[in-house]
Amino acid sequence: MSTEARAVHFPAADWDGGVHPYRVGHRKLGMWLFIVSDSLTFSALLMGYAYLRASNVWPTPFPFYPSIVFSSVMTFCLLSSSLTMVFGVSASSRGDKILARKWILATIFFGVAFIVLHLIEWNHLISEGVRPFSLPAHWVSTFTTTDGKLPSPLFGATFFTITGLHMFHVATGAIYLSVVAARVKKLKHEDIEISGLYWHFVDLVWMFVFPLIYILSVDVGGHLAK
Amino acid sequence: MSAHVEEEHFAGSNKLFTSIWVWLVLLTLVEIGLAYKPMALHLMLTILLGLSIIKAALIVAYFMHLKFERLSLILTIVPMLVVCICLLFVFFPDSFRSAGLRYEFKEQPPAAEEH
Repeated sequence: MSTEARAVHFPAADWDGGVHPYRVGHRKLGMWLFIVSDSLTFSALLMGYAYLRASNVWPTPFPFYPSIVFSSVMTFCLLSSSLTMVFGVSASSRGDKILARKWILATIFFGVAFIVLHLIEWNHLISEGVRPFSLPAHWVSTFTTTDGKLPSPLFGATFFTITGLHMFHVATGAIYLSVVAARVKKLKHEDIEISGLYWHFVDLVWMFVFPLIYILSVDVGGHLAK
Repeated sequence: MSAHVEEEHFAGSNKLFTSIWVWLVLLTLVEIGLAYKPMALHLMLTILLGLSIIKAALIVAYFMHLKFERLSLILTIVPMLVVCICLLFVFFPDSFRSAGLRYEFKEQPPAAEEH
Protein backbone atom coordinates (compact mmCIF):
# COMPACT_ATOMS: atom_id res chain seq x y z
CA MET A 1 0.00 0.00 0.00
CA SER A 2 1.41 3.38 -0.95
CA THR A 3 1.94 6.13 1.62
CA GLU A 4 -0.82 8.23 0.08
CA ALA A 5 -3.27 5.34 0.18
CA ARG A 6 -2.52 4.62 3.83
CA ALA A 7 -2.92 8.29 4.75
CA VAL A 8 -6.51 8.21 3.57
CA HIS A 9 -7.39 5.40 5.96
CA PHE A 10 -5.69 6.68 9.12
CA PRO A 11 -7.41 9.18 11.41
CA ALA A 12 -3.94 10.74 11.73
CA ALA A 13 -4.53 12.06 8.23
CA ASP A 14 -5.78 15.15 10.12
CA TRP A 15 -2.13 16.12 10.38
CA ASP A 16 -1.17 15.30 6.82
CA GLY A 17 -2.07 18.69 5.41
CA GLY A 18 -4.06 18.52 2.22
CA VAL A 19 -6.46 21.14 0.95
CA HIS A 20 -8.41 21.59 4.24
CA PRO A 21 -6.22 20.45 7.14
CA TYR A 22 -8.61 22.01 9.66
CA ARG A 23 -11.79 21.43 7.63
CA VAL A 24 -12.71 25.11 8.00
CA GLY A 25 -12.58 27.87 5.40
CA HIS A 26 -9.70 30.33 5.38
CA ARG A 27 -11.92 33.14 6.70
CA LYS A 28 -13.04 31.11 9.69
CA LEU A 29 -9.45 30.09 10.38
CA GLY A 30 -8.50 33.77 10.13
CA MET A 31 -11.14 34.69 12.71
CA TRP A 32 -9.86 31.99 15.06
CA LEU A 33 -6.33 33.35 14.73
CA PHE A 34 -7.60 36.88 15.36
CA ILE A 35 -9.41 35.62 18.46
CA VAL A 36 -6.19 34.00 19.71
CA SER A 37 -4.24 37.24 19.25
CA ASP A 38 -7.00 39.32 20.84
CA SER A 39 -7.11 36.88 23.76
CA LEU A 40 -3.45 37.61 24.34
CA THR A 41 -4.14 41.36 24.26
CA PHE A 42 -6.77 41.04 26.99
CA SER A 43 -4.61 38.55 28.90
CA ALA A 44 -1.75 41.05 28.93
CA LEU A 45 -4.05 43.82 30.15
CA LEU A 46 -5.54 41.65 32.89
CA MET A 47 -2.06 40.48 33.85
CA GLY A 48 -0.91 44.12 34.07
CA TYR A 49 -3.91 44.83 36.31
CA ALA A 50 -3.03 41.80 38.48
CA TYR A 51 0.60 42.98 38.66
CA LEU A 52 -0.43 46.42 39.89
CA ARG A 53 -2.98 45.04 42.28
CA ALA A 54 -0.54 42.57 43.85
CA SER A 55 2.10 45.26 44.39
CA ASN A 56 -0.15 48.02 45.75
CA VAL A 57 -2.87 48.75 48.23
CA TRP A 58 -5.90 48.43 46.00
CA PRO A 59 -9.22 50.15 46.63
CA THR A 60 -12.32 47.92 46.78
CA PRO A 61 -14.97 50.54 46.15
CA PHE A 62 -17.89 48.85 44.36
CA PRO A 63 -21.18 48.97 46.29
CA PHE A 64 -23.98 46.46 45.66
CA TYR A 65 -25.97 49.24 44.02
CA PRO A 66 -25.29 50.56 41.46
CA SER A 67 -22.00 48.80 40.55
CA ILE A 68 -22.68 45.12 41.21
CA VAL A 69 -26.34 45.26 40.17
CA PHE A 70 -25.42 47.00 36.91
CA SER A 71 -22.48 44.74 36.11
CA SER A 72 -24.57 41.62 36.88
CA VAL A 73 -27.36 42.76 34.56
CA MET A 74 -24.70 43.55 31.94
CA THR A 75 -23.34 40.00 32.33
CA PHE A 76 -26.85 38.65 31.88
CA CYS A 77 -27.24 40.76 28.71
CA LEU A 78 -24.02 39.41 27.21
CA LEU A 79 -24.80 35.79 28.10
CA SER A 80 -28.26 36.17 26.58
CA SER A 81 -26.78 37.79 23.48
CA SER A 82 -24.55 34.76 23.02
CA LEU A 83 -27.60 32.50 23.25
CA THR A 84 -29.52 34.50 20.64
CA MET A 85 -26.42 34.55 18.42
CA VAL A 86 -26.03 30.77 18.55
CA PHE A 87 -29.75 30.44 17.75
CA GLY A 88 -29.15 32.70 14.74
CA VAL A 89 -26.20 30.63 13.51
CA SER A 90 -28.22 27.46 14.05
CA ALA A 91 -31.14 28.89 12.01
CA SER A 92 -28.71 29.94 9.29
CA SER A 93 -27.29 26.40 9.10
CA ARG A 94 -30.82 25.15 8.40
CA GLY A 95 -31.07 27.70 5.60
CA ASP A 96 -33.60 29.88 7.46
CA LYS A 97 -31.92 33.24 6.87
CA ILE A 98 -34.97 35.30 7.90
CA LEU A 99 -35.06 33.68 11.33
CA ALA A 100 -31.28 34.03 11.55
CA ARG A 101 -31.66 37.79 10.97
CA LYS A 102 -34.22 38.07 13.78
CA TRP A 103 -31.92 36.32 16.22
CA ILE A 104 -28.98 38.49 15.14
CA LEU A 105 -31.08 41.63 15.70
CA ALA A 106 -31.90 40.33 19.20
CA THR A 107 -28.16 39.86 19.74
CA ILE A 108 -27.51 43.46 18.69
CA PHE A 109 -30.24 44.62 21.10
CA PHE A 110 -28.55 42.88 24.04
CA GLY A 111 -25.17 44.24 22.92
CA VAL A 112 -26.45 47.81 22.80
CA ALA A 113 -28.16 47.31 26.19
CA PHE A 114 -24.79 46.22 27.58
CA ILE A 115 -23.09 49.36 26.24
CA VAL A 116 -25.80 51.69 27.58
CA LEU A 117 -25.67 50.09 31.05
CA HIS A 118 -21.88 50.20 31.02
CA LEU A 119 -21.82 53.88 30.10
CA ILE A 120 -24.23 54.64 32.95
CA GLU A 121 -21.93 52.69 35.27
CA TRP A 122 -18.91 54.63 33.98
CA ASN A 123 -20.82 57.84 34.59
CA HIS A 124 -21.42 56.85 38.22
CA LEU A 125 -17.68 56.45 38.76
CA ILE A 126 -16.64 59.55 36.82
CA SER A 127 -19.16 61.73 38.68
CA GLU A 128 -17.79 60.31 41.93
CA GLY A 129 -14.37 61.62 40.93
CA VAL A 130 -12.54 58.55 39.57
CA ARG A 131 -9.97 59.52 36.95
CA PRO A 132 -7.37 57.41 35.10
CA PHE A 133 -4.54 58.54 37.36
CA SER A 134 -6.24 59.69 40.54
CA LEU A 135 -8.82 58.58 43.07
CA PRO A 136 -11.60 60.61 44.70
CA ALA A 137 -10.45 62.20 47.95
CA HIS A 138 -12.82 60.16 50.13
CA TRP A 139 -11.56 56.92 48.52
CA VAL A 140 -7.98 57.87 49.41
CA SER A 141 -8.87 58.52 53.05
CA THR A 142 -11.06 55.40 53.29
CA PHE A 143 -8.63 52.93 51.73
CA THR A 144 -5.34 54.20 53.21
CA THR A 145 -4.13 51.39 55.45
CA THR A 146 -3.62 51.80 59.19
CA ASP A 147 0.16 51.75 58.64
CA GLY A 148 -0.12 54.65 56.19
CA LYS A 149 0.05 52.98 52.80
CA LEU A 150 -1.92 54.91 50.20
CA PRO A 151 -4.25 53.16 47.75
CA SER A 152 -2.96 53.00 44.19
CA PRO A 153 -4.10 55.91 42.02
CA LEU A 154 -3.98 53.56 39.00
CA PHE A 155 -7.34 51.99 39.83
CA GLY A 156 -9.03 54.22 37.24
CA ALA A 157 -6.37 53.54 34.60
CA THR A 158 -6.84 49.77 34.78
CA PHE A 159 -10.61 49.98 35.11
CA PHE A 160 -11.21 52.36 32.21
CA THR A 161 -8.62 50.69 29.94
CA ILE A 162 -9.84 47.13 30.36
CA THR A 163 -13.57 47.81 30.42
CA GLY A 164 -13.14 50.48 27.73
CA LEU A 165 -11.36 48.13 25.35
CA HIS A 166 -14.00 45.51 26.01
CA MET A 167 -16.78 48.03 25.39
CA PHE A 168 -15.05 48.99 22.12
CA HIS A 169 -15.16 45.32 21.11
CA VAL A 170 -18.88 45.13 21.94
CA ALA A 171 -19.52 48.28 19.89
CA THR A 172 -17.57 47.03 16.87
CA GLY A 173 -19.31 43.66 17.26
CA ALA A 174 -22.72 45.36 17.19
CA ILE A 175 -21.73 47.23 14.01
CA TYR A 176 -20.35 44.02 12.48
CA LEU A 177 -23.58 42.16 13.29
CA SER A 178 -25.66 45.03 11.86
CA VAL A 179 -23.85 44.60 8.54
CA VAL A 180 -24.32 40.83 8.71
CA ALA A 181 -28.05 41.25 9.49
CA ALA A 182 -28.46 43.67 6.59
CA ARG A 183 -26.73 41.35 4.12
CA VAL A 184 -27.83 38.04 5.65
CA LYS A 185 -29.44 36.69 2.47
CA LYS A 186 -26.32 37.28 0.40
CA LEU A 187 -23.91 35.83 2.92
CA LYS A 188 -22.88 32.19 3.16
CA HIS A 189 -23.60 30.27 6.35
CA GLU A 190 -19.92 30.27 7.26
CA ASP A 191 -19.82 34.08 7.18
CA ILE A 192 -22.63 34.22 9.73
CA GLU A 193 -20.88 31.60 11.84
CA ILE A 194 -17.70 33.71 11.75
CA SER A 195 -19.55 36.79 13.02
CA GLY A 196 -20.91 34.53 15.79
CA LEU A 197 -17.37 33.50 16.72
CA TYR A 198 -16.41 37.13 17.22
CA TRP A 199 -19.50 37.85 19.31
CA HIS A 200 -18.99 34.84 21.57
CA PHE A 201 -15.39 35.91 22.06
CA VAL A 202 -16.57 39.29 23.35
CA ASP A 203 -18.81 37.42 25.80
CA LEU A 204 -15.92 35.15 26.78
CA VAL A 205 -13.63 38.08 27.64
CA TRP A 206 -16.32 39.52 29.93
CA MET A 207 -16.40 36.20 31.82
CA PHE A 208 -12.91 37.14 33.06
CA VAL A 209 -13.31 40.92 33.29
CA PHE A 210 -16.47 40.74 35.44
CA PRO A 211 -15.06 38.63 38.32
CA LEU A 212 -11.56 40.11 38.25
CA ILE A 213 -12.54 43.77 38.00
CA TYR A 214 -15.94 43.87 39.72
CA ILE A 215 -16.37 40.88 42.04
CA LEU A 216 -12.87 41.19 43.52
CA SER A 217 -13.39 44.92 44.19
CA VAL A 218 -16.67 44.77 46.08
CA ASP A 219 -16.91 47.08 49.09
CA VAL A 220 -18.11 44.26 51.34
CA GLY A 221 -17.98 46.18 54.61
CA GLY A 222 -19.61 49.26 53.11
CA HIS A 223 -16.51 51.31 54.06
CA LEU A 224 -17.25 54.09 51.56
CA ALA A 225 -20.82 54.47 52.76
CA LYS A 226 -19.70 55.04 56.37
CA MET B 1 -24.01 18.67 -3.05
CA SER B 2 -24.05 16.30 -0.10
CA ALA B 3 -20.55 17.41 0.88
CA HIS B 4 -21.73 21.03 0.73
CA VAL B 5 -24.67 20.30 3.02
CA GLU B 6 -22.40 18.44 5.42
CA GLU B 7 -20.13 21.47 5.64
CA GLU B 8 -23.04 23.67 6.66
CA HIS B 9 -24.25 21.30 9.37
CA PHE B 10 -24.13 23.06 12.73
CA ALA B 11 -24.09 20.47 15.49
CA GLY B 12 -25.99 21.03 18.72
CA SER B 13 -29.68 21.66 19.34
CA ASN B 14 -31.29 24.82 20.70
CA LYS B 15 -32.18 22.81 23.81
CA LEU B 16 -28.49 22.06 24.38
CA PHE B 17 -27.52 25.72 23.88
CA THR B 18 -30.25 26.84 26.30
CA SER B 19 -29.01 24.43 28.95
CA ILE B 20 -25.47 25.80 28.50
CA TRP B 21 -26.86 29.33 28.95
CA VAL B 22 -28.64 28.24 32.16
CA TRP B 23 -25.35 26.84 33.48
CA LEU B 24 -23.52 30.06 32.60
CA VAL B 25 -26.13 32.17 34.41
CA LEU B 26 -26.00 29.87 37.47
CA LEU B 27 -22.21 30.05 37.64
CA THR B 28 -22.42 33.85 37.37
CA LEU B 29 -24.86 33.91 40.30
CA VAL B 30 -22.42 31.78 42.31
CA GLU B 31 -19.68 34.33 41.53
CA ILE B 32 -21.86 37.21 42.73
CA GLY B 33 -22.70 35.26 45.89
CA LEU B 34 -19.01 34.64 46.54
CA ALA B 35 -18.34 38.39 46.48
CA TYR B 36 -20.25 38.74 49.76
CA LYS B 37 -18.88 35.64 51.44
CA PRO B 38 -15.97 36.51 53.75
CA MET B 39 -12.89 34.54 52.73
CA ALA B 40 -9.20 35.02 52.01
CA LEU B 41 -8.49 36.93 48.80
CA HIS B 42 -6.29 34.14 47.43
CA LEU B 43 -9.02 31.54 47.93
CA MET B 44 -11.65 33.77 46.35
CA LEU B 45 -9.36 34.52 43.40
CA THR B 46 -8.73 30.81 42.87
CA ILE B 47 -12.43 29.94 42.97
CA LEU B 48 -13.41 32.86 40.72
CA LEU B 49 -10.74 32.01 38.14
CA GLY B 50 -11.79 28.35 38.25
CA LEU B 51 -15.40 29.31 37.61
CA SER B 52 -14.34 31.71 34.83
CA ILE B 53 -12.31 29.00 33.11
CA ILE B 54 -15.29 26.62 33.29
CA LYS B 55 -17.55 29.32 31.81
CA ALA B 56 -15.01 30.13 29.10
CA ALA B 57 -14.68 26.44 28.24
CA LEU B 58 -18.48 26.10 27.93
CA ILE B 59 -18.64 29.14 25.64
CA VAL B 60 -15.74 28.00 23.46
CA ALA B 61 -16.86 24.37 23.28
CA TYR B 62 -20.56 24.85 22.59
CA PHE B 63 -21.33 28.43 21.52
CA MET B 64 -18.13 28.79 19.48
CA HIS B 65 -18.59 25.22 18.35
CA LEU B 66 -14.95 24.20 18.90
CA LYS B 67 -16.03 20.88 20.43
CA PHE B 68 -17.42 19.89 17.05
CA GLU B 69 -14.40 21.00 14.99
CA ARG B 70 -11.49 18.86 13.90
CA LEU B 71 -9.03 17.88 16.62
CA SER B 72 -6.20 19.44 14.60
CA LEU B 73 -7.85 22.88 14.87
CA ILE B 74 -8.38 22.50 18.63
CA LEU B 75 -4.78 21.39 19.16
CA THR B 76 -3.49 24.28 17.08
CA ILE B 77 -5.39 26.97 18.96
CA VAL B 78 -5.83 25.95 22.59
CA PRO B 79 -2.44 24.69 23.92
CA MET B 80 -0.53 27.58 22.35
CA LEU B 81 -2.84 30.12 23.95
CA VAL B 82 -2.66 28.43 27.35
CA VAL B 83 1.16 28.33 27.24
CA CYS B 84 1.42 32.00 26.19
CA ILE B 85 -0.92 33.11 28.99
CA CYS B 86 0.97 31.02 31.56
CA LEU B 87 4.22 32.63 30.42
CA LEU B 88 2.81 36.00 31.50
CA PHE B 89 2.98 34.77 35.11
CA VAL B 90 6.73 35.41 34.91
CA PHE B 91 6.02 38.99 36.05
CA PHE B 92 4.50 38.10 39.40
CA PRO B 93 7.71 37.61 41.42
CA ASP B 94 8.60 41.20 40.53
CA SER B 95 5.12 42.34 41.51
CA PHE B 96 5.38 40.74 44.95
CA ARG B 97 8.90 42.15 45.36
CA SER B 98 7.87 45.71 44.52
CA ALA B 99 4.97 45.47 46.99
CA GLY B 100 7.59 45.82 49.73
CA LEU B 101 9.22 48.84 48.15
CA ARG B 102 6.31 51.26 48.36
CA TYR B 103 6.84 54.49 50.24
CA GLU B 104 5.05 54.42 53.56
CA PHE B 105 3.77 57.40 55.46
CA LYS B 106 4.82 56.83 59.04
CA GLU B 107 2.66 59.56 60.51
CA GLN B 108 -0.78 60.75 59.55
CA PRO B 109 -2.00 60.01 56.05
CA PRO B 110 -1.80 63.17 53.90
CA ALA B 111 -4.80 65.41 53.74
CA ALA B 112 -7.09 64.29 50.93
CA GLU B 113 -6.79 66.45 47.83
CA GLU B 114 -9.66 67.61 45.73
CA HIS B 115 -9.35 66.63 42.09
